[in-house]
Amino acid sequence: MEFDFAAEQPKFLMLMYGLIAFVAVVGGLLLLLDVVPAWFDRRREERLIAAVASGAPLPRRRKPREGLFALFFLLPTLLLIAVGLVVPAIRTTLLSFMDKDSSDWVGLANYSWLFSEDSIVRVLINSLIWVLLVPLVATAFGLIYAVLVDKARFESVAKSLIFLPMAISFVGAAIIWKFVYAYRGDGDQIGLLNQIVVSLGGEPKQWLLESPLNTFLLIVIMIWIQAGFAMVVLSAAIKAIPADIVEAARLDGVSPWQMFWQITMPSIRPAVIVVVVTLSIATLKVFDIVRTATNGNYDTSVIANEMYNQAFRYGEPGQGSALAVVLFVLVIPIVIYQIRNLRQQREG
Amino acid sequence: MTTATPTVGAGVQATATPGRAARVRKRLNSRTATLVSIVLALLWTVPTFGLFISSFRPENQIKTTGWWTFFSDPQFTLENYQEVLFSTGSSGQLASYFINSLAITIPSVLFPIAFASLAAYALAWINFKGRDWVYIAIFAMQIVPLQMALVPLLKFFSTGVTIAGIQVLPAWDLVDEQKFAQVWFAHTCFALPFAVYLLHNFISQLPGELMESARVDGATHPKIFRTIVLPLITPALAAIGIFQFLWVWNDLLVALIFAGGGDETAPLTVRLAELAGTRGNEWQRLTAGAFVSIVVPLIVFLSLQRFFVRGLLAGSVKG
Repeated sequence: MEFDFAAEQPKFLMLMYGLIAFVAVVGGLLLLLDVVPAWFDRRREERLIAAVASGAPLPRRRKPREGLFALFFLLPTLLLIAVGLVVPAIRTTLLSFMDKDSSDWVGLANYSWLFSEDSIVRVLINSLIWVLLVPLVATAFGLIYAVLVDKARFESVAKSLIFLPMAISFVGAAIIWKFVYAYRGDGDQIGLLNQIVVSLGGEPKQWLLESPLNTFLLIVIMIWIQAGFAMVVLSAAIKAIPADIVEAARLDGVSPWQMFWQITMPSIRPAVIVVVVTLSIATLKVFDIVRTATNGNYDTSVIANEMYNQAFRYGEPGQGSALAVVLFVLVIPIVIYQIRNLRQQREG
Repeated sequence: MTTATPTVGAGVQATATPGRAARVRKRLNSRTATLVSIVLALLWTVPTFGLFISSFRPENQIKTTGWWTFFSDPQFTLENYQEVLFSTGSSGQLASYFINSLAITIPSVLFPIAFASLAAYALAWINFKGRDWVYIAIFAMQIVPLQMALVPLLKFFSTGVTIAGIQVLPAWDLVDEQKFAQVWFAHTCFALPFAVYLLHNFISQLPGELMESARVDGATHPKIFRTIVLPLITPALAAIGIFQFLWVWNDLLVALIFAGGGDETAPLTVRLAELAGTRGNEWQRLTAGAFVSIVVPLIVFLSLQRFFVRGLLAGSVKG
């Protein structure tokens, strides 16, 4: 039981290299942008002086090369996005039409596999359940909570408590909830859920083994994490409602219920849409929770988890890529919907 | 009620009573509201609290009784942390993974922020042809899921780039600690679209006269960027820094694929997920381990919450 600090040294060395690279790249870029134009300016000045001295016509002043500047500012970003996202995304699309060795074209075979294999159809259905439930429940919860604590005495503390899970990793959250769902055959239960069930006179259950209940229990974890996000955004939207509208409605004697449906809801509609859309996209890509809690066993797998399994564990990059493409295709309509909404909002 | 003011007409009485009733109802409403919100807040906090309590309980206690018995039979130990952090072999060794998490996170936060702020400045304040299209293209990259990039990017690291049989770029051939570089690279690429978008929101809202007058005074773009823009967007940089920090520290997928699984490079999350799989019943290790991985983002989050919320709102609502 001993921790060898000397063995950790190569890591710190590597970290130092990383930091040196950072300073060199960013500092170098800024320096380059500073020095090179200055050099050109000096050259031009010298030519100007020479021209004046010799009585030759003055050289024309050229327009400053804005485009060149922009290119250098944008260079690292464009390069990295091209290498890290654009090219790989195109390659993944191509790979999804190839066999497991990525050498021969197989047409739509990987896609037809998606819909013919029972276990994969199960995965697609699970993802559908996730993407329907998580955004709706998390947003509804966030909204209710934001309205409840609005202008309450301990508002900031109350909001922090709900918001806190957002700082916790999905892995950490999955372990926290696995502990809640823990099962002991007989005797004392150590999982909170089973303890509650037992004290209500029920039988303890192996929650995470029972399909389809386990999928819903995993969804609870995601809702637990994301409700804080919905709450914060919606709470800000509620606070942005003009005070005179609220005051006028109050003078008219509307009940809190009417206030909520006739004033609050219409005013924060755009924010609600943004939250639902953001959560839908995040939910489609969820991977860590399923992997940590059940490893995708017992009928709980989702698209992102299955993609990892196929591409990196079973050595089926073609099938994995097809799943990635499906994920991408599912995200697109959600994003288009959001863009359309934002545009309407701007025009309206 | 009516006896107190016999002179008041019936009409007045009629409006006064619902007024009072409404006030009473409102007070009741706000009381139920408070009660409900307290119950919900408890519901949200109890799971984490249970984990926290458990991580300090002796092994035999955790495994046999629920954490709530701690209050009737408090037994406190630091042994779980001692074991999970420093013991070697398969039982934990989290201290080593903790350092990996740090080594992965710091450059993965710095690089994208620096590049994104440069790009966002150019997109907001340098006039060039096709500026809007470049911005839209970068913005649109946000919708590409990570999963679309993983397989080819891994291949890029391991075998380099060949076009028509000719090796254009060599393989990276990284071993052990050097694999950090792959993770930094991946995290930087994946973070850029969102970071550019968020910073652009902030930078484009800076007052235009400021830039104009600086230009008139003969300041170059790098100079404006360094001396005017950077100081003004520090809060935004903090916001996106926290975002990126939480995202990288909490990430499992990228690390799993690009870091390798060993104790030389894998971060806490990878190790923890592994423990949850292989030692799912050793709750004394899992609870302490989970808390070790939670504590740093929690501190960052609690101390810098203000910036985080601001970034969140800029990122999600302004669109």
